[in-house]
Amino acid sequence: MTIATTIREIRDAVRARHRSAADVCREALDRIAALNPQLNAFNTVIADRAIARAEALDRDRDRWRDAPLLGVPVALKDNLCTRGVRTTASSRMLDTFVPPYSATVVEKLDAAGAVIVGKTNLDEFAMGSSTENSAFGPTRNPWALDRIPGGTSGGSAAAVAADLTPLALGSDTGGSIRQPGALCGVVGLKPTYGRVSRYGLIAHASSLDQIGPLARTAHDAALALSIIAGPDPADATSAPEPVPDYTAALTGDVRNARIGIPRRLLEQGVDPEVSRAIDAALDVLRSRGATLVDVELPHAKYAIPVYYLVATAEASSNLARYDGVRYGYRAPTPKDQGLTTKDQGLRTMYGKTRAQGFGPEVKRRIMLGTYVLSAGYYDAYYLKAQQVRTLILRDYDEAFSDVDAVDAIAMPTSPTPAFPIGERVSDPLQMYLADVFTVSANLVGLPAISVPCGFTAGRLPIGLQLTGRRFDEATLLRLADAYERDTEWSKQLPPIASR
Amino acid sequence: MAAGFTREQVAAIAALAHLELDAAELDLFARQLGDILTAAEEVQRVDTTGVPPTASVLTRHASDRPDEVRPCLDRDEALANAPDAALDAGLFKVPRVIG
Repeated sequence: MTIATTIREIRDAVRARHRSAADVCREALDRIAALNPQLNAFNTVIADRAIARAEALDRDRDRWRDAPLLGVPVALKDNLCTRGVRTTASSRMLDTFVPPYSATVVEKLDAAGAVIVGKTNLDEFAMGSSTENSAFGPTRNPWALDRIPGGTSGGSAAAVAADLTPLALGSDTGGSIRQPGALCGVVGLKPTYGRVSRYGLIAHASSLDQIGPLARTAHDAALALSIIAGPDPADATSAPEPVPDYTAALTGDVRNARIGIPRRLLEQGVDPEVSRAIDAALDVLRSRGATLVDVELPHAKYAIPVYYLVATAEASSNLARYDGVRYGYRAPTPKDQGLTTKDQGLRTMYGKTRAQGFGPEVKRRIMLGTYVLSAGYYDAYYLKAQQVRTLILRDYDEAFSDVDAVDAIAMPTSPTPAFPIGERVSDPLQMYLADVFTVSANLVGLPAISVPCGFTAGRLPIGLQLTGRRFDEATLLRLADAYERDTEWSKQLPPIASR
Repeated sequence: MAAGFTREQVAAIAALAHLELDAAELDLFARQLGDILTAAEEVQRVDTTGVPPTASVLTRHASDRPDEVRPCLDRDEALANAPDAALDAGLFKVPRVIG
């Protein structure tokens, strides 16, 4: 068994001057150079900039001594704006976009002493479940190169799984951190809506989007969340709740924890190997003293259609900004000869720019979202979906606040392990079902974590998902960490990454 | 209610979205939008009498901030990513819209 390096190990080694930040950085860049041609996890690698930054940390070590991510290489999903570094959302539309500012989470990582090494591949504008909808080609799963890594943060998950960086940030609108985390065998945490500032995250669906970490262990995810969480004047949806030290919650003690299992919801269809791994994982938590109880989430079965009505409506509105005027791609348009109306030239430019700049899945969602918001259909689709969203929210509220309240709800993160590249691209409905167990947490705004809990017979990773109370990421991290203490999954590396 | 879409219906939605679609895309989306909305029909059968819609799950908004002038992007930075701009004049340029 190969043991990968964690954030804590790197940080402590640099802090103790056993290693320089520059050496750590060069090693990460070497590994990216060696493996990225096969994985296609990165859209952009900023080698020179990263080494210059690491050397600056080394030169000024005394000032950075207590920095919690000192010298830690970090990968960022390529929908997080980085000042001076191309940020594409894996779309032709933003192929050459260089943001004039950085996302708040990027500023926070910088202030914590991290070394950003590059930008990772995703489904275009974070729309998909497989990282196949990228203008730059699919990312491959480090455990099986002919399979998808999950999506939409597939590049970030693959980077951490292949031990290219110990930490990557992703964004999660319907499972986009947790599902690739599960399918690549790493920890993925979607924080409570409002826990992390979304300033500088390229918007997909604004009532659902949330930024979070992908890491090898619950401890590393806790450390990362402690750094990126907190209110931000630049994001009115960021919450004023104080940020605890999440690593302090990792006591290993889960004796009073009550874990709910929505057995009826799981009858919707879970791969038998996934089911067995989830049951075994729950047994581990029970043997540590947690209590397992059944819960009912009667409306969660509507989560997929509700999600695809709400998310596409919001996306069609958010993506209206890509008009070829202020930034991004503009289609070449013929000079205004023979125009029938005065603004035909402008309208033609809009239509062609969006036709050429967006890929098929983004167009499909803009079309669906435009339709469900249009006059005559708004009530039947969008409003109705928002009402059913309320019912799903009430289900979760009841489970977490009844007299028999639970502390977490357990499910598989994904109903199946990673599927072969190309298998679902022509069938959007099949692709959407990959998110059947993850979208609810976004609709209701609750935190949820995916923790590696085993492998199929074919060595494909499986993830256990735990959903928690609002702003109670600490309990999820404590449960995940306790589980890791009794298992070895998080220490395993895919053969491609063995050192 | 979510029956199939005709090409003309799809073209009308595309016009609302400022999206120029070719004939193959019109046919593809006519089929796929119909399929997706048919799959969503179960949502329409849920009894939501008296249930308010949820547009946002925010429980508490961050407090108001003072309304004061702060640094922001300067004009050159704001224009730097424009596909076409008159940098000296500080303007974005678009195809002609007036006669």
